[in-house]
Order: sequence, then structure tokens, then C-alpha cells
Amino acid sequence: MSSTDPFVKVTPEPGAPKPDPIVVAHGVKRQFGGLTAVDVAHFEVQRHAITALIGPNGAGKSTFFNLLTGFDSPQSGEWTFNGHSLAGVPSAKVARTGMVRTFQLTKALNRMTVIENMRLGATDQVGENFFAALVPGLWRQREADITAQAHELLERFKLYDKRNDFAGSLSGGQRKLLEMARALMSKPELIMLDEPMAGVNPVLTESLLDHIVELKAEGVTVLFVEHDMHMVRRISDWVVVMAQGKVIAEGPPTSVMANPAVQDAYLGAHHDTDLPEEL
Amino acid sequence: MDIFIDALGETFAPTTAAFALAAIGLNFHYGMTGLLNMGHAGFMLLGMYGFAISTQRGAPIWLALIVAMVVAVLFGLLLGWPTLKLRGDYLAIVTIAAAEMIRFLGRSQSLQGLTGASTGIRGNDYKYTFEALSPFPDERITVGWFTYHGTLSSSWWLRVVAWVMVLAFALLFWRLSKSPWGRVLKGIREDEDAVRSLGKNVYWYKMQALVLGGVIGALGGILWALGNAVQPDSMGRPTTFWIWTLLLLGGAATVFGPVLGSVLFWTSLVVVKRVAGVLVPDSWMTQSELEPFSLVLVGITLMCLVVFRPQGILGDRREQAINV
Repeated sequence: MSSTDPFVKVTPEPGAPKPDPIVVAHGVKRQFGGLTAVDVAHFEVQRHAITALIGPNGAGKSTFFNLLTGFDSPQSGEWTFNGHSLAGVPSAKVARTGMVRTFQLTKALNRMTVIENMRLGATDQVGENFFAALVPGLWRQREADITAQAHELLERFKLYDKRNDFAGSLSGGQRKLLEMARALMSKPELIMLDEPMAGVNPVLTESLLDHIVELKAEGVTVLFVEHDMHMVRRISDWVVVMAQGKVIAEGPPTSVMANPAVQDAYLGAHHDTDLPEEL
Repeated sequence: MDIFIDALGETFAPTTAAFALAAIGLNFHYGMTGLLNMGHAGFMLLGMYGFAISTQRGAPIWLALIVAMVVAVLFGLLLGWPTLKLRGDYLAIVTIAAAEMIRFLGRSQSLQGLTGASTGIRGNDYKYTFEALSPFPDERITVGWFTYHGTLSSSWWLRVVAWVMVLAFALLFWRLSKSPWGRVLKGIREDEDAVRSLGKNVYWYKMQALVLGGVIGALGGILWALGNAVQPDSMGRPTTFWIWTLLLLGGAATVFGPVLGSVLFWTSLVVVKRVAGVLVPDSWMTQSELEPFSLVLVGITLMCLVVFRPQGILGDRREQAINV
């Protein structure tokens, strides 16, 4: 698709610097009591690329997501988005700077309709101000624009026919799609998807993957957490592997799984040695 | 026939309007935003204190109203500041405690000169600014079956003003619930974190809802006080629970739910009381025992309602069923 691979000159090692990073995190550490959940020395996300964040359960991927997006705060560390520091910035403000996330456990707003869910994702609606809300003339036009944009996205995500249904009546997979579409309403520069394929049936997964690839073509940077290696291999340009809170490996999707550190993390360090006789 | 007329009179009594208005305030909290405010009576009591005390000290009616609303705003900010960042249950705990504190403070002897302690403030001490504005004659007027005073206390004048206010705030609720502002609040009701991830300042929106609903509650308190008297013990926990009851009865998150709920609640209370008064012989239950008995019956009816129609009478089951 792209003429030159931006990762050509990137060495496949943990914390490798990228030619044009959109997110740079350094020394981010989050402890829960005695447990160190996240301890990332250095981490960069390449702009206009699809980066996958993988790792065994409990590796700290979701916690790291929470830290980057302001839903949790680390004990120490620095991280920037487009060169602006985001340490200590509240989550809503992080989203407004153009870095929007979805959740592992889908957060569709169940007792609102699909189209209302979508409209809520939009930015720059003056009607969200209390006083402006009282004067419909001030926000009607913007509302119409938002609705048109929402219809377009819903069409793309095959949810258009459901637009007037309550989000709670959608299937699990459709809710995932809705959450992703809703996040796109704000036209983010970076979209962070926390396990977008979890619980989605194979047919829907295919179309979800296509959507993610399309996003990249539109110039959106994608960072996603996923367990299914098949998906990761199919769409990602770069894979970052976390285990026990640390980034243990990085590399292109074709070769990263061959890395012994990754195999150890997933399968245990002694997976290929025979068990001792006495057991 | 008497029972029928009494019940019909209750449908548009000032108390009914006052509770309807307070319930509209609570509807902003709970129906729209999902805030569990268990101290709504505190807002009402503060409203009536603000109005009555400033009137007693010579304030004109507009100033007294502003004082009442400002007090409610401050109370809302004070309650919201520590609790709105926490999970919903904390707001419930803090509001119920704060409302009780207002009541105990109001009835404490040390504030005798200000609040009249547990006796409260007599109606004649603060109703005159409102009654002076009455366009109705200063005598009893009969319209159809109903005879009330034109101007004094629980008058035609108060009825007209109270219901105009109820309609105005129902209209405000309708306008806001259909606006992008209301959409953000409904999103918060469903899932705060989702709304936060879409770039909205959740804390600030919750604060706006809390303060707005509280101010409406204070206005409801003033209406109530204009028909009765300022009495701290009439604004205890039962009042808050009644407002909750009638809101859920009518249907939370709906425009007319609070109004219908209030009308049904107060009317059925009168009907039950009067019917029981006729049917139940004195040897079973004295007149003074009938009041609590009718509340029990109303309570049972409401329990049935929650079981069989959890969204309330006007509510949309898909949008607002009581979630337990």
C-alpha cells in the first residue's frame, strides 16, 4: 500500500525509536501496592501505522492503555502525544487532543439509541453548553452535520439500519463496532482499540479488520491490544510485546513470534524441556 | 361525592405542584444524569429558609428568590465537590446526611433568631410579599366545586403561580433533554467512562446537573412554604422518599412523569384516607391511625408498581426501568 515501509530502519528490539513517533512514553511505572503492573522503559508508536500491543494475560497492556489515556495515573514517567506532554492530563482532555480509545469491556451507552451514541462522539457541538442548549438555533446546523457524518460511519460499519434502536439491543459484536464508530466521530489522529475483536464472530471480525486497515489508509494511526495472533499478523505493521509490565520485544509481525523472549513469555521458559522424571 | 371533590381538589393543590416541581429537579439528577440524590428535601428546606428569612429582613420578593437560589447553588457545589468524582453511592450517602444536617441545624435552639428553631417560621412572617402581588380579590372565591381564598396562603393565586412554574420547568426539562447538553448527561447516566473517553468533562456536567436540579428543588420548597409554613421537620427524610416515589411512579426521565406522579400520589393518599375513614369503623382504627395506614396502602401499591411496571407509568421500559 505505502511506497516505503517506515519500519525498514527500525531495529526490532524493545523500546526501538521510530522515524516519526506520534506517541513517546518513557519510564512509565504503575504499581498497585507491591505489584508492579506496568514498568515501560521506552515505547514509541509510529505515525500512520497500525501497531499491535500483544502479551499474555496480566501483562499490563490494558493498564498501560489506561495510563496513556489518563484513566489511571502512574507513579512515575513521562509520555507525549504529538510532542505535548500528557502526564497528569485528565482523560477527557486527552481525548480532545485527538487520542481516542475504546474499552475491552464494551461501553455502549445501552439506554440511548445508536444514533445518539454516535452524536455524542462528535466534538465542537456548542449545544453541549448549558446556555447554548436552550437556544436550538445555535446548534441545529452543527447537529445536522454531525448526524450526516454519523450516518456515513454507520453505513460503513453496517449499523445504519439499527440507527434508531437502543444500543442495548445490539449484539456484542455490533456494540464493538458501534464503540469504534463512535470513537471515530471525533476524527481522532490516534485511535486506541482495546481488544476490538474479543467476542466478535468471524464474519464481523473480517469486516472489523477491513475497517482498521481503511483507517490507516485515511491517515489515522492505530494502536490496538489483541490476543488473536492471526489478526495481528494480518493487519499490523509493527508488533510490541509486553510481559509482566515490561516491553520485552518489538518487531514486524512476521518475525516477532520467533523471538525466544516472546515464546518464553507466552509458553514459559521451559516449554521445550522435558519434565523431570520424579514428577 | 365529597371524597371525589376533595380528591379532585388535591390534583391541583399547591402541595401537589410543589412536589411536582421538586420532582422535576430530582428528574434532572436521577432521570437524566443518574445521580442518586437522597437529600432533595435539604434543597427544599434551604430554599424556604432562604426565601423566608430574607423576606423577614425586608427583602423584596425577587431578591428573596435570588437568595434562595444562590443558597441552593452553594449547597449543590458543596455537596458535589467532594462526591462527584467518586462512585454514585457516595453522593447518596453524603446527600442524605447533608439534608439531615440542614434540618438539625435549622431546628437547633442556637439559631432561634434566624430559623425559629423547631417551631419554624410562621407563614404570616414571609408570605406577604407574594400575596401582595396577587391580582385576585382578597376573599374566598368559588369556581365550580372548589372554594379557596383568592390571595391568602393556599389560595387560587398560589395555585396559578405554582402550576405555571411546574409547566415552565417541565418545558425546560423537555428542551434540555432533547439538546446536546442533555445527551451528554444521559451518556453519563449510562457510562461515565465512555463519555470521558469521548472528551467530555464528566465532573463538570454532573455538577451542572446537581446544581440545576437543586435550584429547582429549592423553588419547589418555596412553593410548599407559601402554602404551609417553614417547618424543618416537614422536610425530613420522608419528604425525600416521597419525591423519589412519585418520580418513579410517574416515570423517571420523562417530561410529565414527575407531574403525573405527584398528582397520583397526593390524590390517592386523600382517597385512601377518606375511603378508609368511611369504611373502617372507629373500633378498628381511630382517625389518627388512618393517616399512617393510608401511607402503608400507598406504599404497597408502589411496591406492586415497581414489580410490575418498573419504568413508571409514562416511562419507556427500554430507556428507564428501575435497575435492581
